[in-house]
Amino acid sequence: MSPLELEVSDMFDSTTPLLEMQDISMHFGATKALDGVDFVCKAGEVHAVLGENGAGKSTLMKLIAGVIQPTQGRLRVDGKEASLNSPKTALKHGLVCMFQELSLVPDLTVRENLLLGAPGAGLGWLKGRGLDTAQSVLDRIDGADIKMSQRVADLTLPQRQQVEIAKAIMKKPRLLILDEATSALSASVVEKVFDLVREERDAGTAVLFISHRFHEIEALADRISVFRNGQCVATFAKGAHDYGEIIDMMVGQKIEELFPEKSPHRNEAEVVLDVRNFSWEGQVRDVSVTVRQGEIVGLGGLDGQGQGAFLMGLFGLLRKADGTTAISGQPGEIKSPKAAKHQDVALAYIPEDRKTEGLILDQSIEENLELAALGRSDLNAGDAGLYAGTLDQLALKHGGLHLPVSSLSGGNQQKVVLAKWLALKPRCLLLADPTRGIDVKTKTEIYAILRQLADQGTAILLLSTDYEELIQLCDETHVFFNGEIVASLSGDDLTPQNIIAATLNVSSEGRVNGATEGQVAHA
Amino acid sequence: MVRPRGKSHMLDYMRSNRREVIAGVVLIVLLATYIGTHPRGASTYVMTIWANQCLILGLAACAQFFAVVVRGIDLSVGAVMALTNCIGSYLLDGSAFGMAFGMVAVVAAGALCGLLNGLIIVFGRIQPIVVTLATASIFIGLALLLRPTPGGAVNYDLADGATLDVLGIPTALIITGLVVFAFWLPFRRTGLGLGLYALGSSEQAAFQSGIDTRFIRLAAFTLAGLFGGLAGLFYSFVTTTGDAGIAAGFTLNSIAAVVLGGVLLRGGVGTLVGALAGAFILKTIASLMFFSGIPSLAQPLFEGLILAIAIAIGGADVLRARNKLEVFA
Amino acid sequence: MLGRISFDAWMPFIGVIVLIVAGSFFFPQILSAEYLTQQLQIAAFLGLLATGATIVILLGHIDLSVPWVLTGAAILSTALVGSGNPILSVLAVPAALLFGALIGVVNGIGVAILRIPSMVWTLAVNSMLLGVAVLNTGGFNPKGESSQLMVTMASGDLLGLPVSFLIWITISLALTYFLIRTPFGRYLRSIGFNEKATFLSGVSTPSVVFAAFSIAGMCSALGGVMLAGYANQAYQSMGDPFLLPTIAAVVIGGTSILGGRGGLFGTIGGALFITLLTSILSVMQIGDAWRNIIFGVIILVMLLFQTLRKGAAP
Repeated sequence: MSPLELEVSDMFDSTTPLLEMQDISMHFGATKALDGVDFVCKAGEVHAVLGENGAGKSTLMKLIAGVIQPTQGRLRVDGKEASLNSPKTALKHGLVCMFQELSLVPDLTVRENLLLGAPGAGLGWLKGRGLDTAQSVLDRIDGADIKMSQRVADLTLPQRQQVEIAKAIMKKPRLLILDEATSALSASVVEKVFDLVREERDAGTAVLFISHRFHEIEALADRISVFRNGQCVATFAKGAHDYGEIIDMMVGQKIEELFPEKSPHRNEAEVVLDVRNFSWEGQVRDVSVTVRQGEIVGLGGLDGQGQGAFLMGLFGLLRKADGTTAISGQPGEIKSPKAAKHQDVALAYIPEDRKTEGLILDQSIEENLELAALGRSDLNAGDAGLYAGTLDQLALKHGGLHLPVSSLSGGNQQKVVLAKWLALKPRCLLLADPTRGIDVKTKTEIYAILRQLADQGTAILLLSTDYEELIQLCDETHVFFNGEIVASLSGDDLTPQNIIAATLNVSSEGRVNGATEGQVAHA
Repeated sequence: MVRPRGKSHMLDYMRSNRREVIAGVVLIVLLATYIGTHPRGASTYVMTIWANQCLILGLAACAQFFAVVVRGIDLSVGAVMALTNCIGSYLLDGSAFGMAFGMVAVVAAGALCGLLNGLIIVFGRIQPIVVTLATASIFIGLALLLRPTPGGAVNYDLADGATLDVLGIPTALIITGLVVFAFWLPFRRTGLGLGLYALGSSEQAAFQSGIDTRFIRLAAFTLAGLFGGLAGLFYSFVTTTGDAGIAAGFTLNSIAAVVLGGVLLRGGVGTLVGALAGAFILKTIASLMFFSGIPSLAQPLFEGLILAIAIAIGGADVLRARNKLEVFA
Repeated sequence: MLGRISFDAWMPFIGVIVLIVAGSFFFPQILSAEYLTQQLQIAAFLGLLATGATIVILLGHIDLSVPWVLTGAAILSTALVGSGNPILSVLAVPAALLFGALIGVVNGIGVAILRIPSMVWTLAVNSMLLGVAVLNTGGFNPKGESSQLMVTMASGDLLGLPVSFLIWITISLALTYFLIRTPFGRYLRSIGFNEKATFLSGVSTPSVVFAAFSIAGMCSALGGVMLAGYANQAYQSMGDPFLLPTIAAVVIGGTSILGGRGGLFGTIGGALFITLLTSILSVMQIGDAWRNIIFGVIILVMLLFQTLRKGAAP
């Protein structure tokens, strides 16, 4: 069937949507993740789903993918009642989900992963149908350098996302769910993925799209649904509301300013953190960074250009690193996290993955808060007052500090990680992409507290994949490429164009600039 | 079909199967030394005895492999061997038909034990290590009911057929070859074969890819039981008696063997070939000791030392890790 | 403090009561003080081993070197006493404890530094110890005898209670305090749940691992010394029958084999339950075969009960 024929048949079929959810509720104990949601997905349409963390988006996607089953409500596929009791059943209906937590098996090769997910793959002999499709998808989205014989564990995060996309497309989905599917991809690859998704849509596939980046939604969505507190509060065609209105719907209240005002720049302010000639294993080359009192310094660049390793090195996680680190003028060698958090150094590190690195999910909020302060002889970790200030300011929503930290939503979990480290009154705060996958409201709260800390004299080093943060929040941003700082931008030079150009290591007059500008600059 | 590009494929293959390659090289060196030091050299007689000893542990290691690859462990491997060995000591005699039935029954009994383990693990949601600890006690009890003291008899012709040689090649090596080429290599290309790895490597990812994780785990432990039964059967052929007291040594050695063969206890990594190689290495070391002139009282210490050193070398990788977070994988 | 103890930890105690009540229908002498104190005395040996094992299992690891640490400590202490030298004789118990701690450090090197799975490394350490013991004793039962102190620790009475039981409970209480009130205890459980996050919180995780394995080694060694005192000798493989009951006692006591969850209170119940079960089965003159079967079935039933109860809870 040609795409055209499909489109025509869709028009006739428009009365029976591909997927219809009626009065769906999902309860986890006392919390209602979804509360009486009606939701409809039509073929040939990109439907964006927006909402804060904990609004119920991911729960909705998991229901559709058959990972979990609703507490109540009905679900129809092609007008017929269906029970999606496992991912296998959902796949049989053509409902394919690209999960935020990647669904690739790390110890198998790319090829084996694709085989596992291939259409018609059972327990018997694997024929390898669809591998051609997968390869051509990879070729199209700049993934041609990914070898089929590579182990997935050896791929970078962006490469894994590319494989995920290929795996999803090769299943010939009728409904494709993209849940933060492109979060680690560079702008030019994202554009190619979007082209692919548009093609799928035009061929009659329904697409559900979750993203926290407004410009991506602007670029791709036909229809938008906004979720808040487990309910679908509005569904409308793209363009019917502007960003401000959409944010208001998501948060339920008006947010005047996303980013706090920058403090007047003080070049003569005291230097808090001074790193000279930091190098490690060829992955970080001769990096020097200075953070003055009152400053937030950003670290940008594509994934894996050395900025992450640099932060780890400062926290004593890398062996055989060269260079000197001085805090408040005192040079010191930091060999382990234990040494880094000692009161004489007072470094704090917010790791990238809060679920496996920042928190112990099985333990209570309280126990997680205390874990960093426990080893400090000058602090009484059991004193709730250590954390109360930060928790109040960040407005942590919780049902009791004795509950497991896993009961919190992603944004609230990140607040716990911050409070845990801020209790140590760090002189220097290292953050690895602290707002990735976090809702707008929590982001603003985090931005505000970072700015306040900076004003109080904490040196802040912020690694971010979000250009807006690097521009709006940071006083100075260093862009990494291939282990080196290729641009240090501040003041009027701190523009999207300059950051992107530096990210790709081309001059800002280059042709790359024009092609990507549209996706990055927004309201 | 997508063809691997260029000749770097062979190197890639060696690299991704690094552990098996190392185990294979070590085995060849050890075997050469063994044959070199043995007073009777590489005679069929020497090779047959060596291969028989290796294959018993090899099959036990295969059983352990299937449990370990799905991120489990099977502490009942030795107990299943003891039970099936005792069953075998009753059934492996008489008419040709009776013996054929007996062999099938012995292996089926092993698979049944594995299935029981799997059912309790999957539906009782209890950790494999604890389940198999308990069922091992039950299996040994059953074995003791059958054979309170070692005894029984296995048909000598049948036993000889399985444990001597065919045209100078030890039957045990032929069986090993069959396990690898007729079973393992094709099995690795099936959905079930890949599913085992997927489950062991990341249960979440496997589930989200539409794999029936419960069935796969059940299948893995049933296969573990089946190979435990095969090990018990072959043990019956080698010793021609039933003995309920063999369990403890084989369980622990099977774990040591899979680890030496490059199978990671965290699941998802390693192959059946590696498990076999690990078992063969362990047994070859033991045989080497016997002829090496080391005082017999010092042999257990040397065996322990070599095991510890081999494992420690495998672990020395982490000392080279420059990023301290890598070791937590 | 009791509020922190989960229902799982109470279960073996309920099991103990059920065993005593049910057993007394067939053998009234089970209810005698003499029989029950004897059970407390014997349970202490398994209990001490299980105490050490609990610490290591909370950490998310396992210690399979228990049998030969126990045997080694027994051989060492009886040999020192048997030497006839009064100074060496006095040093017998401390030397055995030091030996246990030392093996704990060796275990720790493999697990914390070389990152070898504890199940494999402690197994290798166990076989090395076996090798040393065989080489040392020539494969015969080692010569030597127990000191008066060792005999008292194993068989003495104090205020009507067995000394061995008092030692066990004192150590359990001390370690419980250590687990609940000190950062070490928190670190131990945090590592059991998530070692990486604990390390990133600025905890020197290797030192916690070393400490835990050393404590476990000392517990095993103390168990060996007391068993030697009980039998007035050390013998080859005296530790082998204790390995699996030790692990069983810990998990029946509600400690998760995956680490992080559980505690020593449940382990006390677990050790009492298994000792009593073994004893009643032998009082009933049930053969070896059926004893194994019943033992396995009862452990399974208790574990199934644990998970079924959790499944029923919201």
